[in-house]
Amino acid sequence: MYGTDRYEEFMEEKDVMIRAETILAASRELNTRAAIEIPKDVQQKVEKMASEETNPLSRYVLEKILDNYETAIKDRSPMCADTGLPRYYAKIGNQASIEGGMVALEKSLRQATADTTASIPLRPNRVHPFSRKDHNNNVGLHAPTVDYSFEPNVDWMDITVVHKGGLFGGEYRMLFPADGIPGLKRFFLDSIAEFLRRGMSCQPAVIGIGVGGTKDVCVRLSKEAACLRLVGDRNSEPEIARLEEELIDLGNNAGFGPMGFPGKSAVLDVHIEAAYAHTGGMPVGIQQFCYAQRRKTARFFPDNTVEFREDPRWFTPYYRRETID
Amino acid sequence: MIPQDQTAIREVSITLPVRDDQLNSLQLGDAVFLNGMVFTGREGLYHMIFEKKAEPPIDIRTLGGATFHCSPAINESSPGIYHVPSVTATASFRFAKYMPEFLSRYNIHFVIGKGGMSSRVYKESFVPNRTIYLTTVGYGLGAIYGKGIVGVKDVAWKKELGLAQAIWVLEVNHFGPFMVECDARGNSLFEQGNDEINKKFLPLYEGLPIPALKRLGEVTSPAQEVV
Ligand code: SF4
Repeated sequence: MYGTDRYEEFMEEKDVMIRAETILAASRELNTRAAIEIPKDVQQKVEKMASEETNPLSRYVLEKILDNYETAIKDRSPMCADTGLPRYYAKIGNQASIEGGMVALEKSLRQATADTTASIPLRPNRVHPFSRKDHNNNVGLHAPTVDYSFEPNVDWMDITVVHKGGLFGGEYRMLFPADGIPGLKRFFLDSIAEFLRRGMSCQPAVIGIGVGGTKDVCVRLSKEAACLRLVGDRNSEPEIARLEEELIDLGNNAGFGPMGFPGKSAVLDVHIEAAYAHTGGMPVGIQQFCYAQRRKTARFFPDNTVEFREDPRWFTPYYRRETID
Repeated sequence: MIPQDQTAIREVSITLPVRDDQLNSLQLGDAVFLNGMVFTGREGLYHMIFEKKAEPPIDIRTLGGATFHCSPAINESSPGIYHVPSVTATASFRFAKYMPEFLSRYNIHFVIGKGGMSSRVYKESFVPNRTIYLTTVGYGLGAIYGKGIVGVKDVAWKKELGLAQAIWVLEVNHFGPFMVECDARGNSLFEQGNDEINKKFLPLYEGLPIPALKRLGEVTSPAQEVV
């Protein structure tokens, strides 16, 4: 969708394996770009909101958000001082082969996290939950996480890095078929009341909603929906796409602007993902991703070229499949 | 009092320590830029002063009267040489209980932070001490705020509290924007905004069912909501 740049520096003609050093070097670059450079789809949406917002307080905040995007790129400094919790999403082609296997891949990603925590710098946010011990490198127990998905008939691998804050904006509720869409709307409004007041989730935000599956699956899907789809992208199921549009409308007409000032600029987009649920249940997870959208994707080819991409393309038709194969 | 019909936000530059007439003239929603010295503090600072009864090793009374609830992203390039590329505030409501004593003892006229406190806290402890609450704008504008920091003048309790919680004395120039959330009379910009939002927001609930199964800990009416 947007321009990509192709790095040839690791090129070696007869390579058929994605090498560990390629992964390490590109993952450092991914973290750096994610922390500093706002994705274009987000920037354009905030620009549009700033030009349409009529409340002066809300408009002022949107203008400063745009200033900040530019300052970050110009000064090569992180757009937000809370650089969140770095995490990775790996989509691995069925024909891809990775030097050293998955263990080497995970080591490279952990190493890149530690290296860029020092070089950018990222804030060392990750501490042990009890002792509060901090390794000062954002690496520890289950940190960073790596989530996996697979893609048939291709020999490349995508790595997406996301830096997302971790305190506000996430919610879960077990709804039932009797609650239906009205129950979902109510939950949506509740989460808006909870997180948009005083701007706790740093809106305008992308709201990801995972519906169905089990408790853990709907929460995971809500996060992927918030972090891994471009602003403006609609779900491939028309009924879900319509609901997305309805909720965008509801969210931006609830009275809230940025920081919880009155306004109509609260929701950059709503992304909904569905999973087959227990016949008696309708679990729902909601996740908000703030306007400091730190995400960047790299595609690794077997010849060790790397292509940096704006679109994570996480939700492929294969990933959303309903059939046996 | 919210500048509804005004098309632009008023931007005000203030050199610390602030004068009385400047404090009085600040209106809710003004965007303030600060020049001079600002010191940081959060849990660690309040814990040392109020639980451990320790006195800060530097005299924070004389620094210009502006405190900032945050932990800066500090980069120590070589021992004692600090660089602050970006800074973001932390939620202030957690420190409300320390305010009455803290503001008067240390002569504080600006509390800078995230999200504000309640107008009750403002009226009880800010107004008598002639203190204004300034909120950071947008909350995630680290790069812009980093640009306003000229350098680190001093640091205290670094060993006791660590890099994130230490008292950092920052020299600042055109540091901002910070929005006036509590004025000299103790009015809250957020509370006024919420009143306006609720008129639009609460009716949206009409016709929506409360969840089929109520669960412990779930709030089922937006009117019961705390923040
Ligand atoms: S929610 Fe986003 S913008 Fe706000 S402080 Fe956290 S990382 Fe920064």
